[in-house]
This record gives sequence, C-alpha cells and structure tokens, in this order.
Amino acid sequence: MKKDKLSLNSWISEAEASGKSMQEFLIEYNAKELECSKEELLAKMESMLVVIKESIDFGLTGVRSHSGLTGGAAKRLLEASEQKQFNNILGDKAKDAMVYAMAVAEANAAMGRIVAAPTAGASGVLPGVFFALKKHYNLSDQVLAEGLVVAGGIGLVIADRASLAGATGGCQAECGSAAAMAAGAAVAMLGGNPAQIGHAVSIVFKNVLGLVCDPVAGLVEVPCIKRNGSCALQALAAAELALAGIESFIPADEAIDAMKSVGDSLPCALKETAGGGMATTPTALAWAKTYFAK
Amino acid sequence: MNIIDIIGPVMIGPSSSHTAGAVRLGLLAAGILGSSPVKAEIYLHGSFAETHKGHGTDMALLAGLMGWLPDDARIPEADKFAKEAGLDYSFDKVDLGSLTHPNTAMFKLTAADGSKCEIIGASVGGGQVLVNSIDGFPVELTGKLPAILTVHEDRKGIIALVTSTLASAGVNVATMRVFRSNKGGLASMVIECDEDVPQGIINLIAALQQIHSVRFIASVA
Repeated sequence: MKKDKLSLNSWISEAEASGKSMQEFLIEYNAKELECSKEELLAKMESMLVVIKESIDFGLTGVRSHSGLTGGAAKRLLEASEQKQFNNILGDKAKDAMVYAMAVAEANAAMGRIVAAPTAGASGVLPGVFFALKKHYNLSDQVLAEGLVVAGGIGLVIADRASLAGATGGCQAECGSAAAMAAGAAVAMLGGNPAQIGHAVSIVFKNVLGLVCDPVAGLVEVPCIKRNGSCALQALAAAELALAGIESFIPADEAIDAMKSVGDSLPCALKETAGGGMATTPTALAWAKTYFAK
Repeated sequence: MNIIDIIGPVMIGPSSSHTAGAVRLGLLAAGILGSSPVKAEIYLHGSFAETHKGHGTDMALLAGLMGWLPDDARIPEADKFAKEAGLDYSFDKVDLGSLTHPNTAMFKLTAADGSKCEIIGASVGGGQVLVNSIDGFPVELTGKLPAILTVHEDRKGIIALVTSTLASAGVNVATMRVFRSNKGGLASMVIECDEDVPQGIINLIAALQQIHSVRFIASVA
C-alpha cells in the first residue's frame, strides 16, 4: 500500500471541521507523533526559542565568518536604523525582521550555535519573523512556542511532498520553505484561521518559485545571508495579505507540489553546487580562486 | 521524520552536511574504533577537500572523534582542544574517484591500546551520515541505531547463529546486510538493532567458531 503524502489542506479542513485553531490541531497531532504530552512539546519549542534568541544576540555582535567573506550586516542595519537620517523605507517591523534574520544567518556563517529550522542555511528566516512580531505585538513565549509548532507542521508537509534542501530543490526549497513556514506561523500567532494559514503558505511559494541555490565558493554566506533577510520579508508580506482576507487561487498543497516540480527541473548547477548563478560571476570566481589557494 | 527534525536540531553552523554531519561522522568513526583515537590521519575527498575550512569541516571531524556533539560551542576551536588532549592528527586531500560521494572522509585511526581501524564515510545531507567501508569491508552504517559488525567465515548457518544469539538476549534486528569477498571466504555482517547489545552477548558471538571479530557500535546522537 502506498503511503499518502501529508496534506496541509487536509489538516486545515480537519482543524476547521473540529473548530480548532491550527495551533491546537498541530500541537495535538505532533504530541501524538512524538508520544509526549502537549506540555512537553511546547517546553521543547520554548527551549529552541532560547537558542534562537542567543543566536540573534551573537549575530548582533557583528561576527564575521571564518572565510572572511561576510559578517556585520545585521549589526550595521540595526545601528543605521538608530540614526536620525535613516531611510526607514520598510517600517520598523520589516526592518527588525531583516535585522534578526541576517543576525542568525551571520551567526551561522561564523560557526555560532543555531537552531537548524528548517536547515542551517535558512536558519534566519523564522527568528526574523518570530522575534520582530514578538517585539512589535508583545507576543508571549507561549504564543511563539505554539507558532513554532505551526511552522514545524508546515515544514513536515513540505519535507514530505517536496524537500527542504537546497541541494535537492534550490533555495526556493530552503529559504523559500522557511518563509512559507514563517508566514503560516505569523498568521497563526496574530489570530488568523487555518484557511488563512494555507493561503499565506501558497502566496509565499508563488513569490519564491524558481529561487536557485548558488552559494559563492560553496559557502553558506553569499547570497544566503541576505536571502534569509529577504525571505523574512516574503513571509511578512504573505501573512499581511492572508490576514487581510486575500486568498490564494492555488491551494497550499498544490503550491508545494509546484515548488517540487520546479526544483526537479532545475539543473544541478543551480542546486548548491556553486556551478551557476551568483557563484559563477567573475567576482565570485576570482574570490573563490584566492580562497581555495590558501 | 518528526517536528523535532524540522524545528532543529540545535547545531554549530554553518552547514548541516559540512559541519553537523561531519561531527556525526567523526562520532561514528570513533564509535567504530571503540574509543576516541590517539592518532587520526584524516583524508578529505571532493567538496570536503575543497570547502572544509570555510565550513569548519576539519574542526567538526575532530570534535566528533573526541566524542563531542554537533551543538558543542567548542567546535570552532576543536583543533586547540585536540592538541591539548594529545590527539596526533593530520588532514590531507584525497581523490577517491568520481563515484564517491562529494562529502567523504577517510579516517586512519589508532586507539590508545594500539588497535587500528580504517573507515570511509560520507555526510549525505541534513546531518545524516553513511559509513561505507570499514577496514576494506563494504558496509552501510548510518549511526541511527546501535549496530554490531562481524568479520566471519562464509559458512552455512553462521548468520542464523548470530541472529539467534541476539534474539536470546531480547535484541531485535532492525536492518541487516551481509557482504563477502568470495564464496567460502571472509565475509562481514552489519546488523542494526533496536536495542544496545550487552557486552556478554558480544562475547558469546565472538566465541562462535567462524567469527574472526565482532564489535559493537553505539548509535550517534
């Protein structure tokens, strides 16, 4: 018997039919899968939030990577935003999401301790969205922990139907999936209903579809760090649309399947092999040549 | 896969394959040797050879050999700790051929008691690892479950003797692979189990006439 793929649309229907929020539904589902209590599951998520917060703080010290290629961007944006003449084009929520997302991505590149949610390369997106919303909506740790369960549930479906690995599906599968997880969680944490979570997930994939994985010299630095920042913005944008009641024409499951199909048709050169995209620009190749000669 | 795999693990960056997976590969290699080595010649192939410095792969492999876990904050300075601990290590590049997984390391390890072991394994993505050669024998070992590795003579009934010995101790066989060099020659079994195998049972298996050697390999976190 062939195992059915996990389905976000089925979960949404089940949650709505039983009158549950997505948090309630997914906490019950995952506690059962892990054979633990709901309290134990949420305690585990809260322990992850502690590590996430530490990784933001470490990144904001302005750490540089061991290769010397990147570092200090999150700190620079934060410090710039504290100046009077700062051009705050996006507004504070989006700016903070980028600051925190890049802080964690820079902490990761500098061999800091991070939560690989969903992966190390895309580990900044959830922290960016979660801690920007925490700051501006004064969300409790409990709300954030429940939000992580929603993000994890969405990630489980993506992992089952497609992939979370840049080497398999390109950056759309890695930072893109992180954005979809963060968008759904953001909707949940701000009181959206299960259907709105599905729309947010679908909207993110519409906007990140085709994003390639093209790390300069194969390192998780360029363009990964800024992609974490921009994918945090994708998540906020999709959440804002979904919470406003805007629907996505394509159901979440089908959007995830479309992401898989695009990932399958991406050439190997654009899937984490440093064989194309930014990785093969003259500047990248020249830097890589010097770096590998060391 | 469960939600803890998605929201986690906690690890030292930057790469699940080149850093966290490399720690687990080192841990599994030390587990196969039976202890942390006192001497480690490490050969890096493919992507491991090219990008190990930027990803801290070399630090991560040393960390694993010393028994550290992938979230240990000391990993970026593992070389310093290894020197202090008297671990005599070296890194070199090697070309194991185009069919070899790009994230492969070969270990030539020596334990404090002088025993030696040569291990080839790869970090195959998402922090998962696969050891595919131990002392020249082809194996498939993931470290997800405790396992036993035998080297034995290819004779009728030896597999049944080993598995019934495990069964008598209440150990369930999860997966099992048998390899042999040639019919009636030397053969090898990797048996992944759902439970740790007590030393007494390992001794019983070692005492079987056709068994040349048997070792227990603990699962790695």
